[in-house]
Order: sequence, then structure tokens, then C-alpha cells
Amino acid sequence: MEQSEKIFETRELNVSMGPQHPATHGVLRLVLDLDGETIVKVTPYVGYLHRGIEKLGESLSYFQALPLTDRMDYVSAMSNNIGYVVAVEKLFGIEVPERAKYIRTIVGEMSRVSNHLLWLATHALDIGAMTVFLYCFRDREWILDLFEMICGARLTVTYPRIGGVRNDVPQEFLDSLWKFTDEFEARIVEYETLIDQNRIWLLRTKGIGIISGEEAVNWGMTGPTLRGSGVSYDIRKHMPYDAYDKVEFDVPIGSEGDVYDRYRCRMLEMRESIKILRQCIEQLPAGPVMATAPKFTLQPKDAMMPITHPVNEVAYVVDAKACKGCGMCLRACPAKAIAGEKKQAHKIDQALCLQCATCFVSCKFKALKIIPGGKGLSEDKLNEAAAMPMPDEIKKAGEHLVAQFEFIKKGPKVPEGDLYVATEVPKGELGFYFVSDGSGKPYRMRVRAPSFIHAGVLPRLCVGHLVADVISNIGTIDIVLGECDR
Amino acid sequence: MDIANAIDPKMIDAIIRFGLEVLIILIKIVVVLAIGLLHVAYATYFERKVIGHMQVRLGPMRVGPHGLLQPFADGIKLFFKEDIIPANADKVVFYIAPIIFMAASMVNLSVIPFSYSFTIADFKISPVIADINIGLLFIFAMAGIGVYGIFIAGWASNSKYAFLGGLRSAAQVISYEIAMGLSLVGVMIMAGSLNLTDIVRAQEESVFGMFAIPQIVGFVVFTIAAVAETNRTPFDMPEAESELVAGYFTEYSGFRFAEFFLGEYIAMIIMASMATICFLGGWTLPWYILSVLPFLKMVPGIVWFLMKAYAFFFFYYWIRATLPRYRYDQVMAIGWKILIPVALANILVTGLVKIIITTLHGA
Repeated sequence: MEQSEKIFETRELNVSMGPQHPATHGVLRLVLDLDGETIVKVTPYVGYLHRGIEKLGESLSYFQALPLTDRMDYVSAMSNNIGYVVAVEKLFGIEVPERAKYIRTIVGEMSRVSNHLLWLATHALDIGAMTVFLYCFRDREWILDLFEMICGARLTVTYPRIGGVRNDVPQEFLDSLWKFTDEFEARIVEYETLIDQNRIWLLRTKGIGIISGEEAVNWGMTGPTLRGSGVSYDIRKHMPYDAYDKVEFDVPIGSEGDVYDRYRCRMLEMRESIKILRQCIEQLPAGPVMATAPKFTLQPKDAMMPITHPVNEVAYVVDAKACKGCGMCLRACPAKAIAGEKKQAHKIDQALCLQCATCFVSCKFKALKIIPGGKGLSEDKLNEAAAMPMPDEIKKAGEHLVAQFEFIKKGPKVPEGDLYVATEVPKGELGFYFVSDGSGKPYRMRVRAPSFIHAGVLPRLCVGHLVADVISNIGTIDIVLGECDR
Repeated sequence: MDIANAIDPKMIDAIIRFGLEVLIILIKIVVVLAIGLLHVAYATYFERKVIGHMQVRLGPMRVGPHGLLQPFADGIKLFFKEDIIPANADKVVFYIAPIIFMAASMVNLSVIPFSYSFTIADFKISPVIADINIGLLFIFAMAGIGVYGIFIAGWASNSKYAFLGGLRSAAQVISYEIAMGLSLVGVMIMAGSLNLTDIVRAQEESVFGMFAIPQIVGFVVFTIAAVAETNRTPFDMPEAESELVAGYFTEYSGFRFAEFFLGEYIAMIIMASMATICFLGGWTLPWYILSVLPFLKMVPGIVWFLMKAYAFFFFYYWIRATLPRYRYDQVMAIGWKILIPVALANILVTGLVKIIITTLHGA
């Protein structure tokens, strides 16, 4: 009887969109309550890609934590790196050479262009414009090739370093980039011919996901997502870092605060990035690319290790007399090339050895010997050489090696205190907050990830619209779940 | 009494004739199905190539020269894939749905005429399996049945995405069927027949050579409705990849998925053929082209038919590579608020002109 009374009761259709879904840009999960096709309620769930980057940062020295930042927003890894190193440099109080500043501005803007290209590609694909996707990927490829030219990696670059950049840029890089800036303007026009005035595109983007400037600020939105609502807030302009105070550029802002305005903002931003790139290439000063602050920065390897012998021809041998059999090297060896019982002399299997020197720096008893040119020698000869005292040059190089190892592992002596430094990454304001207790590792590392904050705005943007608008709203806030979940 | 004499020789003749006619129909069915399925296979290849080149890439290149054997590789792959049935699916309906969908679109091939009729011995062979008088209505009816396939597929999968896709599809296909039917009424009025062969003949005899010129409004409405009817971009709501994963066939895999795929492409072939037959003059060329270039008469009609159909196909692919996707409510608004009124107005004007012309002729 009770059942028959309830028979006409309606309830919302509960759809779990994600974490595996073609349009949630990774592993975002949205639980939608649908009334027909209309959204009644949206609940975003994040954390499917949580790798504990903030916590990992606490157990690694400042140098070691840098590659972690690549893995946050893997679409614009370069910008994340820059955000991190700028923050750490402020904490250390070191000044970066001009050339390094310019190079960082260049790669940062390249990363912005590549991020916006990927954003446009996926946003358009979500709304159904398939061709834009491939056009964008074609041009993004150029930037990734340029990244490969300067650092060998395309996505997880780790190119900027605390105190500068890893290496100087070659001339071909600048030439190719100049050509890119020449041609890219026409490419943007090409994308715009496909969607900018397209009636369907306008129908799908205008008046969708409207948020006023004031509300957007209250929600903590930043970057182009905020500027689409007409708030001119750009850290590059208002709190310049690197070389942004030396270049001319505008901050494009929208007026309506809808999906279309945010799209326009990003399209204009790409044009501004091209302007910045051209100015940076023109103004690029000569000079070093690494700060001279030996207490805080990694020195170039050749300055610290004057080994004249090629690294891959060196053999590492355990001096049986000095070895106490403590097992430190055994545990440290990444190739598992060291064998030996406790309290007995260990032995290195030369066939498995990678010549990585990890055993050398881990040995407390100086039992490991570096034998230059020792690769391929017979075991007897190696043992014979190990019994001899090491030449001075090698000894010195070994000490440098240990010093560098310790320096990276323990980190520099950092002034105590806490500090928050924000940079403008393509997605918004990326902030790093460090609490330093004076050691070489942060006591607390906190990342203010724009993607996380923007994912929180989704319910505000989606409710009342249709299912298809959820997709355009996910696209317009430009989130990457790697950064959101960290 | 001799047994041979017991039966009237005329009777034997009639029986043989009947047997031959059945044989001819069987041969026709085999030929049309084989060619139709081959077209489906190469329609996918053509689509991937065309869109690939529009998107600055090459499309399939690996299987065979220029990827020519790709459709077969895909077919074999789909055939041998695991057939996954969701645990909570309504199994019987789940099995039947793709069959309904595929059968409903395949049956349409039987009423499509492809060329002039020709004579072998004293058999007059018209290149259509069933030359029925209500060919046009038959196609609409079958399209209506096809929706059941989509809808019950969405329902039986017991998945929310499939369900939403099925609902969208049912609403969309039914709405656009109205627009499409109305857009063809103009053609029916001008041709005075629902038989597809007669419609082509009427175009051959008309002043314009093809109905696309006097019925341009109907043609535009038909083209839009045809795209929507076959669930293609920009009206691919039911299978909107970025929203509903794959729509009504989300839960289908392996050969059952292939059946939907097949049905969809055959539906595209049917739509292209319909456009060719009803608006572009079928296998005929307009008289004014033939009078300027008389040697074109030597080309068999099937060539023109296929070329026109391929052009329509190309149009399908072209818009897929160009346009974003409409939102569900916008699709419905276009169907009900624009296409149907425009088609109705077109019927009114066509009817009035027809009346005026007949009156003048009569006077």
C-alpha cells in the first residue's frame, strides 16, 4: 500500500561522470543530479591522481623537489618549474643573472602558448569541433620540439634551476622560435576561422557558465578564467618576476564572464605571449645563466668534478682490506650489482655496474676505489689497482663528488621563516608556500594549485544548465587533474 | 496418359518464368547487399581519409597500400572481439536491439533504384529489388522502426549514459523525421508519385532537370534533417562522445557494436541515395547538360547515381570535420521551430504553384 502512494514520486537521475570519461580532462569525477537533461546538482570529487607531492617535498631537499613540479601540471611543466624556482630563490635570497631571467621568460611564455593550444584543442573537441584539435596539436608539436632542443625532454622538462636555468640556449633554438613567432599569428587566425564566428560555437559558448567579476574573485579564481569576467589581475603585470617588467604586453580581459569571453581571453593571451617572446629574443642579453651563489646553487658539474676521464670507462671496486661489510653500498646500489655477507668484504659485479657512483658516496669507510680506465679489466687487475692508493686527482674528484651528493641530498642552509610566492602559470595563480626550519628541506611545502580551486567552481557554473554545458564548463576552467590532486 | 501432357505447356512456361523471376530477384538481393556492404566498408575508409586530409594528417596508411585494406582489418577485429554483456542488462532485448536497427536500415536498400531498367533476353530488369509504389513511405516507415533499435538498446543496456543517449536519439530522430517527411512532400507534389523510379523519371522530364532547383528549400531542409536523422555531426547528440561517452551503444562491444555501426552507415547510404533520387535527378543528367555535352549520354546511369551519392557522402564528412556539436535543446529547437515551419511553407508554395500551372494548362 505504501508503495502505491509513492509510485508517482520522481527523483533525479544520478549520473557519475568520470573518473573515466572522455571529457573530464583526466580523472575528475562529477556526480550529476539530472532532472531530464537539466543539472540540479554537481558534486566534484578529486584526488584520483593524488601522489602526495606536497608531502614528498618535505622529505626532499629543495633541489630534489624540483622534478616533482613537472608532474603537477604536466601540460605546462615549464611554468610549474619556474613557479617553484622563483619561490625558492626568494626564500634563499639569491639574484638570478639577466640572461637566465630572459630565458625563463621565453620558456615560460612558450609553455603558456603550448598550454593554451592544448586547452583550445580539447575545449573545441569537447564541443565537437574535431579539426581544431589536430590543428592545435600540429603547432604544439613545434614548441615541444623546441623544448626538446634545449633540455632533451618534451613534457617533464625540469629545465629551470634554482638560480637560473640548466644550460644556455643554442642559436638554432632562438632562430626556430623567431620563425615560430612569425608564423603563429596566422595559425591563430586559422583556428579562429573554424570556430570564432561559427554559429554553433557561439550558441554553445555565449551565455554559458556566467560568473561576475566579484563572485569570481570570491571563489578564488585566477588567470584567464578570472580575467574573462573582467577583472584585470595578472601576476606577470602586477607583481612581475623574471623579465616580465622589461617587456611590453597587455592583459586581455573579457566583459560577460561566460565561456566565450574566457575563450577570447585565452586566444588574445596567445597573441600577447608571441609579443613577449619576440621582445625577449630581441633583448636577450649575454652573460651567465646560473647565479654565482655557491652556498645555494648547484655549480656546473665540470667546475666541481675535474675528472678528465670519461665517466663510462671508470670502474668502481671494493678494497677488500678497508671494507667492513656494513652493507650501506649494497643497499644503495640501484643496479643490485653489489653482493656480500655482513661483516665480510663486498664485491661488485662489473657486468651489472652502472658507474653511477652511488656506492662511492654511500661508503663511510672509504673502501670504494675509483679506477680510471678500469672498465673491461680482469678482476685480478682491478683488485690489484684497488689495493694501490688512489691518485690525487681522482681522490679530489671523488671528494667533490661526495660533496655534491651531500649538497643535493641535504640541501643548503636556508634562512628560517615562511614565505608565499605566486607566479602566473597558464591556468592561473600558482603559489608556493614554504615554511623553513633552517634545514635544507622545507618544513612544509604547500602548493596553491589553480586547477584545484577552479574545479571547486564547477557546481556554481553548471547548475541550471544542461548536460552538454557541463562539458563546456569543464573546458573553460582549464583544469589539469595532476595539478588539482597533486 | 503421358505425364508431360497432363500439364498445360503454357503452365510450364509460366512456372519457369516465375522461377527465373525469383532467381533474378535473389541475384539482385545478393548483388545489392554485397555492393551495399562493400560501400559501408569503404565509406569508413573514405571518411577517415577525407577527414584525415582535412586535418593535416594522412588517415589510415598501414594496412595495404594507402591503408586500402583497413576496413577489412577493422571488420575482422570487430568480429573476433569479446562480446561483453553487462551483468544487469536485459539480455534478450540487448541481443535484439542491434539486429532491429541494422535490419531496419538494410531493408531500405530494397526500394532504392539505381539506374535505368534494361532487358536481358525478354526479361525486363529494373535495377531495384522491389519496385513498390510507396517507396518513399516505406523508407520513412523503416527509419521509424530503426529508432526502436536505438531506444531499446539504450534501455536494455541498463546504463545511464546509454539510457540518456537512447532518449535523446528517440526524440531527435522522431522530430527530424517529420521535417524530412515534410521536405519531401514538395517532391511528391511535383512528381505526383511516391515511387522512387517515377520520381527520377519526373525529374528527367521536367524543365529543371533536377528537383534541387525548384525545391531548393526542400533540399536544404532535407539535407539538414538527413544529417540529424543519421545522428551525424553537428547533430550527433545520441552518441555525443564528450558527453555521453558513446550514447546508446556505450555498452555494446564486438560484433554487436559492428551491427550498429553497419546500420548507421547503411542509413547514411540510404540518405545519400534519397537525396540523389529525390533532388539530384538520380541516374539522369539534366537535359541542358546533355544538349551541350551529348557524349555524356554514353556513360551508364549508375555512374551518375554513384557520383551524386558520393558527393553527398563527402558533404557529410566535410561538415563533420568543420562544425562543433549542437546542444540537445538547440537541436530540438532547430527541428521544431525552423525546419518544420520552413518545410510547411515550402509545401504551401509548391502546392499553389502546381495548382496555378495545372489551371493555366487546363485553360
